[in-house]
Amino acid sequence: MSVVFSEAARAEFERLLSRYPDRRAVILPALHLAQREFGYLSDEAILYVAELTGASPAEIEGVATFYTMYNRKPVGKYHLQICRNLSCSLLGAERLIGHVSEKLGIRPGETTPDGRFTLSVVECLGSCGTAPVMQVNDDYHENLTVESVDAVLDKLRSEE
Amino acid sequence: METVLTTHLADDRYRRIDGYRGSGGYEALRKAVSMPRESIVEEVRKANLRGRGGAGFPAGVKWGFLPKDFSRPRVLVVNADEGEPGTFKDRLILTRGPHLLVEGIAITCYALAIHSAYIYIRGEYVLEARILEEAVAEAYAAGFLGKDLLGSGFDLDVTVHRGAGAYICGEETSTINSLEGKRGWPRLKPPFPASVGAFGLPTLVNNVETLADVPWIVANGGERFAALGCEKNGGTRLVGVSGPVERPGVYELPANVNLRDVIYDIAGGLRGGKPLKAVIPGGSSTPVLRAEEIDVTFDIESMAKIGTMAGTSGVIVIPEGTCMVRALSVLMNFYAHESCGQCSPCREGTGWLRKITGRIEAGEGRPGDVELILDLCDNMMGRTICALADAAAMPAQSFIWKFREEFDRHIAERKCPFGNSF
Ligand SMILES: Cc1cc2nc3c(=O)[nH]c(=O)nc-3n(C[C@H](O)[C@H](O)[C@H](O)COP(=O)(O)O)c2cc1C
Ligand code: SF4
Ligand code: FES
Repeated sequence: MSVVFSEAARAEFERLLSRYPDRRAVILPALHLAQREFGYLSDEAILYVAELTGASPAEIEGVATFYTMYNRKPVGKYHLQICRNLSCSLLGAERLIGHVSEKLGIRPGETTPDGRFTLSVVECLGSCGTAPVMQVNDDYHENLTVESVDAVLDKLRSEE
Repeated sequence: METVLTTHLADDRYRRIDGYRGSGGYEALRKAVSMPRESIVEEVRKANLRGRGGAGFPAGVKWGFLPKDFSRPRVLVVNADEGEPGTFKDRLILTRGPHLLVEGIAITCYALAIHSAYIYIRGEYVLEARILEEAVAEAYAAGFLGKDLLGSGFDLDVTVHRGAGAYICGEETSTINSLEGKRGWPRLKPPFPASVGAFGLPTLVNNVETLADVPWIVANGGERFAALGCEKNGGTRLVGVSGPVERPGVYELPANVNLRDVIYDIAGGLRGGKPLKAVIPGGSSTPVLRAEEIDVTFDIESMAKIGTMAGTSGVIVIPEGTCMVRALSVLMNFYAHESCGQCSPCREGTGWLRKITGRIEAGEGRPGDVELILDLCDNMMGRTICALADAAAMPAQSFIWKFREEFDRHIAERKCPFGNSF
């Protein structure tokens, strides 16, 4: 996979640069962009962002590993992130995690062999009033039950 | 009851600038730019507006900490990190009333001569960030942001900056480091952000809701805002209720509302009429209350009097039948995961709290473990760079003080009396 931004991403990067008094400040947005462009943050992607921002690769690596949303390893096409903090747990998050895990045959942290789903257990998603909550890539799914989570998974499976 | 925010949060109608302007939106900004700067600050001071990010610091006082000389440019950092478990109120403003925030930012910056503002929004809020970006773009196009806003001669740039998953980045000096493109490690204070903050510049950090209150204050006057609340606690607050209640959600309530009424009247009581066991009143870091302690006014001072905090006013309702050791263990997992690791009392302390609560819950607790937890808490509190260590220790202590018998039973019976589940 070549790690060079598409023209659109490059333009977005330039726009971002103009928003900050210091080039370093663009590191987080640039990592977001890189992850969107390349799927995950490979070593090559880290080097590329270092080059773009003028920071050292070690600095970029340090930042990328500090934040949970940056994936240094490939993740499935759909990244299922189920909240296990208290409000979600009080409304059945543990059961939900068990159910999804069993249904997909993977444990939290794993990806299905077909590369379609990665399951993660995450901390509070800031949506406790509609617990339990699962984030799939960018989207929140709220007020989940075993039935509605099944429906979400079936829908994702049928998309291709 | 008069409302400050929810008139604009009722549905999606006010998300776009036309809807917002149609109900008087941006009139407060228009008024503000015709006022002397100092009198805007004075109105906020009179309003008794307390920071809504958790600590409850008076906003007017904080605004006064910025240096009096204007030789260095200043920065506003808007805290939209909303990471405290049990807290989901800012999300409502971000999705339903983003222009309330944008207008609040514009007025605040005008009043304090700040020419650049960054909205630091948690990375998971992808949709919310998109809505906010749209609102900011609309405000630029309408001349409420950017060069010479409303012909006032004042320039203001606003940038939405996404975080990337880290609770600690809600702590204001961590927010600043994260904005600068660094790991979100909190900074030693002093220097305080008001003198050396983002990009080395004097910086004001305020929560989303705090700033969203500002347009109403300017439109209606600080005294009227103050009168909506109680003595030292002006206005209304967004209260989030979660857990197994009939009507979970965010409600705008006066500061003098009774906590029992929040749970039983406003949120409709517990599902299926279950009895109440405990309440965490203001986000996961605030000390837990037993069911019989909730006849109390839900304002900052009254909550402090009974040994807890109003915090972010994220009320977590815990029903009878819940294992409190398991509940604490969930929270301790969280804090151990989120400690940035800079200070050993926090790094080691949160790790041990996770381990010990976990083993008690698993039926492997040892005699003396409860005392060990309390000891650890003593050694964590007030000894670290930021308040995360205290935020972990406060629930641990309070769960033990209030529900000691459950911890003892787990250890004596070598199993969870509740069968290890919620
Ligand atoms: C560990 C920790 C996490 C915090 N998280 C948040 C947060 O997510 N949002 C927020 O507004 N304030 C948060 N705060 C409080 C901020 O440090 C700061 O006090 C607040 O943003 C100031 O705004 P206010 O005065 O308007 O409340 C956190 C504090 C700590 C110690
Ligand atoms: S108290 Fe904890 S989170 Fe805060 S700076 Fe120290 S180690 Fe980091
Ligand atoms: S506890 Fe799950 S979203 Fe907050």
